[in-house]
Amino acid sequence: MSLRIVVTVKYVPDATGDRHFADDLTVDRDDVDGLLSELDEYAVEQALQIAGEADDAEVTVLTVGPEDAKDALRKALSMGADKAIHVEDDGLHGTDVIGTSLVLAKAIEKAGYDLVISGMASTDGTAGVVPALLAERLGVPQVTLLSEVSVEDAVVRGRRDGDAASEQLEASLPAVVSVTDQSGEARYPSFKGIMAAKKKPVESWDLEDLEIEADEVGLGGSWTKVDSATERPARTAGTIVKDEGEGGKQLAEFLAGQKFI
Amino acid sequence: MAEVLVYVDHVDGAVRKPTLELLTLARRIGEPVAVALGSGAENTAAVLAEHGAVKVLTHDAAEYADYLVVPKVDALQAAYEAVSPAAVLVPSSAEGKEIAARLAVRVGSGIITDAVDLEAGDGGPVATQSAFAASFTTKSRVSRGTPVITVKPNSAAVEAAPAAGAVEALTVSFSEKATGTKVTARTPREATGRPELTEAAIVVSGGRGVNGAENFSVIENLADSLGAAVGASRAAVDAGWYPHSNQVGQTGKSVSPQLYIASGISGAIQHRAGMQTSKTIVAINKDAEAPIFDLVDYGVVGDLFEVVPQLTDEIKTRKG
Repeated sequence: MSLRIVVTVKYVPDATGDRHFADDLTVDRDDVDGLLSELDEYAVEQALQIAGEADDAEVTVLTVGPEDAKDALRKALSMGADKAIHVEDDGLHGTDVIGTSLVLAKAIEKAGYDLVISGMASTDGTAGVVPALLAERLGVPQVTLLSEVSVEDAVVRGRRDGDAASEQLEASLPAVVSVTDQSGEARYPSFKGIMAAKKKPVESWDLEDLEIEADEVGLGGSWTKVDSATERPARTAGTIVKDEGEGGKQLAEFLAGQKFI
Repeated sequence: MAEVLVYVDHVDGAVRKPTLELLTLARRIGEPVAVALGSGAENTAAVLAEHGAVKVLTHDAAEYADYLVVPKVDALQAAYEAVSPAAVLVPSSAEGKEIAARLAVRVGSGIITDAVDLEAGDGGPVATQSAFAASFTTKSRVSRGTPVITVKPNSAAVEAAPAAGAVEALTVSFSEKATGTKVTARTPREATGRPELTEAAIVVSGGRGVNGAENFSVIENLADSLGAAVGASRAAVDAGWYPHSNQVGQTGKSVSPQLYIASGISGAIQHRAGMQTSKTIVAINKDAEAPIFDLVDYGVVGDLFEVVPQLTDEIKTRKG
């Protein structure tokens, strides 16, 4: 039996760059280099491992984003995914999490799937709600925030480490899984993988292909509105002392002055 | 006055502090109606009433412990339909965000996650969020449906405001999907006796400079002298010196305490993303060029194994 795995990935501005907002208060993507969200690499890795254990499996990576987002797909393909789907449409600019989950859910349904794997959150928006939203929209179990995951006989099992407890979870496929950065180191693409990725198919879909109306997505279709974005004022320079034997005591004095002691 | 649903995070009836903060914020935009689910739900009523809950809707069923997230979404939706609130507030825990998101899409509402402040506005509640490793502050609102907002711990000071807190049984019928993800085993996290990282007023963190799991006792001793939680940088966690559950940063937890003390942490962007909103920042590092010093209110350039024990002793002496 074949196992169809769809991995959702996001192309995000590099966190080490100088990230800021554009005039319309969406994320400025022009001034900072983009890349595959680091937390999604773990999702690709787990998809490849699960596919490796299955008799017959296919890993499709899916992204929603502008032209450049193809870079994120190429990275995932060079890691070993089989094919890619790029949902690209000018109407998508400024879509919020609810809208993004709609587009992803429609694309996942159109692609066909047994298992969806996502990272725990994107490294730009960091909301961490898209996997749960996908499960809600697709009407399938959510098995999220896993630090360990396995699939056997159409059942997904995993461990979720919460604040209060560690839980073992189990659900029948189809299901939506999200994995944490504890799920296992993501592989580096090999030279062979990078060359092979160039020949792998990347399909492009737009809103019409997914039967989504323009007013359901984009800035206009967002169910939330950002009114302002203000750069945090630079911190005023703090006091820095060199320890010459009394550094701990000096620090205690500072903390006492601030009423922490 | 409009009612505001507040989802209660509790462990066997013991309400966690972020929920009390939510009640404080909820009072700015309406009358808080609390929703407490699962074992011990009714025992939450007294403390919720003390902090402003006019009503406490409770429901207990085995489903809340036996299946993941969806039973709680079904119940919150039942409360939503019973009350028709002006807003729904949920603590920004991993689970809280999932519950809130699923509710939002079900009831056709926008969602704002990880708010750090909340105020009443002309067009509904206005939420403050921090973005891009706290280098930006945004103000947003929900423009469609009933605002569903998750709020981070330490976003408000807890204020007592006695209210009726009348307990009412909530009627819940679980959806077919409620039993989709089974919890087949649960191991409670071992209690350290220290406050929970994201909720703590003071966090003391160690990084690469701690140089070994056995040396983390230096960090723990300082934390205990201050009644603080212990955090760790990704480098320390990846090296296996401290558990991942204590990791502060982009791929760990984001904390916003009154006081953050970083020891032996250089302050890479990934770490800064998780602690930059702390009110007062202190760092101890051998390297005077470490980027963490750009953020500090007070920094000590020195060997943490000299400075931290001296600090700990001095705190103990002062506290007598």
